[in-house]
Amino acid sequence: MVQRLVIIGAGMASGRLIEALIEKDADAYDITLFNAEPRGNYNRIMLSPVLSGEKTYEEIITHSDEWYVENNVTTYFGEAVTAIDKTAKTVSTKSHTVVYDKLVIATGSAPFIIPVSGKDLPGVMAYRDLDDVNKMLDACQKPNAKAIVIGGGLLGLEAAAGLKEQGMDVTVLHIMPHLMERQLDPAAGHLLRKALEDRGIRIHTEGFTKAILGEDKVDAVLLEDGTVYAADIVVMSAGIRPETRLATDLGLHVERGIVVTDGMQTSDPYIYAVGECIEHREQLYGLVAPLYDQAKVLADNLLGGDAIFQPVEISTKLKVTGCDLFSAGDFAEADDREEIVFRDAVRGVYKRLILQNDVIIGAVMYGDTADGGWFLQKIKDGEDISEIRDTLIFGPNFATGVPSDPLAAVAALPLDAEICGCNGVSKGDILAAIEGGADSLDAVKALTKASTSCGTCAGLTAQVAQIGLGDGFILPEKETICKCSDLSHDDVRKLIVSNGLKSIHDVMQSLQWNTSCGCPVCRPALNYYLVCAWPGEYVDDGQSRYINERVHANIQKDGTYSVVPRMWGGITTPDELRAIADAADKYNVPTVKVTGGQRIDLLGIEKEDLPAIWYDLNEAGMVSGQAYAKGLRTVKTCVGSDHCRFGTQDSTGLGIKLEKAMWGAWSPHKFKLAVSGCPRNCAEATCKDLGIICVDSGYQILVGGAAGMDLRETELLAQVSSEEEALELACAFYQLYREGAQYLHRPYKWIAKVGLEWIKEQCVKDLETRKALAERFHYSQTFYQVDPWEERASKGIDAFEYSPLADFTKVAAE
Amino acid sequence: MIDYIDIGAVEDIPVRAARLVKTDHGCIAVFRTSSNKVYAIDDKCPHKGGPLSNGIQHDERITCPLHNWVFDLNTGRAQGADEGTVKTYDIKVVDDRIMLHRSAITTIVAAE
Ligand code: SRM
Ligand SMILES: Cc1cc2nc3c(=O)[nH]c(=O)nc-3n(C[C@H](O)[C@H](O)[C@H](O)COP(=O)(O)OP(=O)(O)OC[C@H]3O[C@@H](n4cnc5c(N)ncnc54)[C@H](O)[C@@H]3O)c2cc1C
Ligand code: SF4
Ligand code: FES
Repeated sequence: MVQRLVIIGAGMASGRLIEALIEKDADAYDITLFNAEPRGNYNRIMLSPVLSGEKTYEEIITHSDEWYVENNVTTYFGEAVTAIDKTAKTVSTKSHTVVYDKLVIATGSAPFIIPVSGKDLPGVMAYRDLDDVNKMLDACQKPNAKAIVIGGGLLGLEAAAGLKEQGMDVTVLHIMPHLMERQLDPAAGHLLRKALEDRGIRIHTEGFTKAILGEDKVDAVLLEDGTVYAADIVVMSAGIRPETRLATDLGLHVERGIVVTDGMQTSDPYIYAVGECIEHREQLYGLVAPLYDQAKVLADNLLGGDAIFQPVEISTKLKVTGCDLFSAGDFAEADDREEIVFRDAVRGVYKRLILQNDVIIGAVMYGDTADGGWFLQKIKDGEDISEIRDTLIFGPNFATGVPSDPLAAVAALPLDAEICGCNGVSKGDILAAIEGGADSLDAVKALTKASTSCGTCAGLTAQVAQIGLGDGFILPEKETICKCSDLSHDDVRKLIVSNGLKSIHDVMQSLQWNTSCGCPVCRPALNYYLVCAWPGEYVDDGQSRYINERVHANIQKDGTYSVVPRMWGGITTPDELRAIADAADKYNVPTVKVTGGQRIDLLGIEKEDLPAIWYDLNEAGMVSGQAYAKGLRTVKTCVGSDHCRFGTQDSTGLGIKLEKAMWGAWSPHKFKLAVSGCPRNCAEATCKDLGIICVDSGYQILVGGAAGMDLRETELLAQVSSEEEALELACAFYQLYREGAQYLHRPYKWIAKVGLEWIKEQCVKDLETRKALAERFHYSQTFYQVDPWEERASKGIDAFEYSPLADFTKVAAE
Repeated sequence: MIDYIDIGAVEDIPVRAARLVKTDHGCIAVFRTSSNKVYAIDDKCPHKGGPLSNGIQHDERITCPLHNWVFDLNTGRAQGADEGTVKTYDIKVVDDRIMLHRSAITTIVAAE
């Protein structure tokens, strides 16, 4: 005869148990399931998204009524078991009594209701099941309703965030000095507090509830310190206690929970227990991952196997959208423990690793939890990290020196690396599912259940799937700005403009940079994008510029600098030459060289002397030639119609006008021009970013040339008939390039990407757009045409750069 | 005997910038990070002598302005594939003042 298995409690643990039983041997048992809640199994951990409105209840049901029917599970929902008779082997509810051969107690836990007066008033509720959620949602209907959440742990904060999301005024009372003290240390608790306060949730720490006030319903909460908070509802979230009443009544061995063996057996050989109601080796469990393991072990034992439950290290994530938080292991301080802490207060990132004998035993992360899984694996493996200790805190990309490929870190994970903590899915399980025929991410999820519970591992699951599916599945590919972000240059630029991001910090915070303050690759790019997007508003960040642009001179191999004053269109005067010569003498300039850009370079100047030599050059009317800038460089010209027998137009004059209009502008890369007076092209205009060749009938505007590492001939953008038009078109083209090109792309690279035709449409055919572009350029120039040398030589800007903080050379010499 | 010398206020160095302390044995670069920590290391890249105070600072690392080697300000060690170590000095902040250990400016400590 088929054995009768009765299960008390349709929760997360028993749901998994029944699945495992049916999967292994559907005919072994006749299963009867009782549940106090008037419904079957649903994903309890997703109640918070239901509360906040991100999900519906239907979306979190894991086992439908039909499922139980199809699998021959007899259900009694809405019937709490009130008694067990171990001699007669029966369980009873108010209306039914059922006989068992084997019994499983899976009653979970009961919320702890703190014993204060008023705790039974209507409006006081726990946060455990769907009914609680529905009560909270009802309360939210009232305009300006106020909620008090007692308990600033994981559940309390999820409740608070959900209620806030629903428009309630929310206050969290927490007895400890900082939030989530079981999972977080004070610093992370503080960051979390700030984040919650930023979204309008009031947090009262060291708040001891004295009484809940009200006549026939909740009105307010009174604290020991005398504070009174008005309240329409009070959510008790002060902890949970294993639901052991049935077992205690029966006389089973119960400590804090129902004591079970490694095989999940209670002190009665016919009765088993699983889930939050148990105590195993003096340990209680409050997260689903170990419960699922228990369920598998129990299923095996019920089918005659001898599997044993071995608890593994588990991690916690808070499911409040926008609060990234991760903790795992043990992070109490002790003498034999060391810690590595990383924090960036500005970006709200905090990471802490606890080490004991070169092994990570605990990890807390706030704000940037991307590497959580990696650390968890190290905790589980007890890996010796002494070799990578210095860079450990920066995570796998840094520690293992494989930066750019986002998949590399995932590819490097061992097969038993856990991907989905909730469902205990390892990398190997996913790969096995793919080998077994799963040919899409959805199929992988359906087969393995990876990322189907709390969902925080969705990205990781997709990445492992990508590795397994290879060419069959490609994540939308894009070249990211650098390893600090998953966004491409184009994405970042778009988001800067559309989200009105006006500082590097804003960008990194809003666009979720995965490093605390960027790197030498992204920071200069971001600085430029902001300079371009918000002229006059953005405050340039010198520390995000390469040294040349920061100190407005070119660094040399020996740490000295070179100084190149502008010579407009390559024209100079005896006075300028004299001033250059004087400066060269005065500052002992070792080398004076005529550059390939038609001007004079003073090389080998000490950094400390820069402001002084600039001052002298300024006095003679010269400004910075910006030979160091990702910006306008030189405008080379030839002598043109003023002197040359072939000259068709005043190429020198036009070159000077162009340089006067464009100097000072910053761009994605350097921008060089040349104007030749006739097609003989003595100014080499056909290999410049923008070149102009004068002809009898006007001006040929040529773009996209280069003569550096790549040799490119320009292409004709347009021929125009007047100098004015040539100037306007040149400025419009420059602006289009400034606004569109990726940082460090010369125009020819950008043109290859967007197409010359498109550029022609923008600034040749569409005169309105051309005009608007030119206007935006001139507007921007009103802010950037300031001589950076003068600012530093006469106005004291960045003075700190050029003088030492302290000089002990003389002191020591005394 | 005063072990630490007051070399200036934390605000004298802008965030993520660096300034020099000149000594008879060369320049020491003093960095201030975005979390207001200070570090002191030789202003001389072990690669080809690049002035590290002129690099871009990120986290607690500095990228040399000449050929982009990256050094950890805590240990002075080159990161990634590059090998080399730049000397680090004992420095701390007390009440917003930057205190450099005197051994940093006197080459021979024993002579004190
Ligand atoms: C001084 C000068 C050489 C000279 O003695 O004539 C020069 C010197 C340098 N060039 Fe140049 N380039 C100079 C004209 C050129 C030219 C010729 C021109 O502009 O007509 C070219 C080829 C044209 C072009 O740009 O397409 C040129 C192509 C480069 C490149 C390659 C750019 C490319 O996109 O492939 C680099 C590297 C870079 O920018 O990334 C470069 C980079 C450099 C740097 C800044 C290297 C560096 O990063 O430290 C050199 C600085 C030396 C110093 O310490 O001052 N220099 N460089 C010329 C300064 C012109 C000026 O007055 O501003
Ligand atoms: C809002 C919320 C968010 C959570 N978030 C997470 C998370 O992100 N990650 C995580 O790992 N864990 C989370 N948890 C914890 C997780 O839900 C529990 O660990 C898990 O549900 C416990 O499973 P269980 O089967 O032991 O008990 P339960 O799922 O609680 O199931 C027990 C069932 O038994 C029923 N029952 C009790 N007594 C009787 C009786 N006498 N007769 C009949 N039926 C009875 C109860 O009604 C209940 O339905 C969260 C919990 C809540 C409430
Ligand atoms: S060609 Fe090379 S060596 Fe000569 S100045 Fe340009 S970058 Fe320097
Ligand atoms: S000198 Fe520093 S990297 Fe070359």
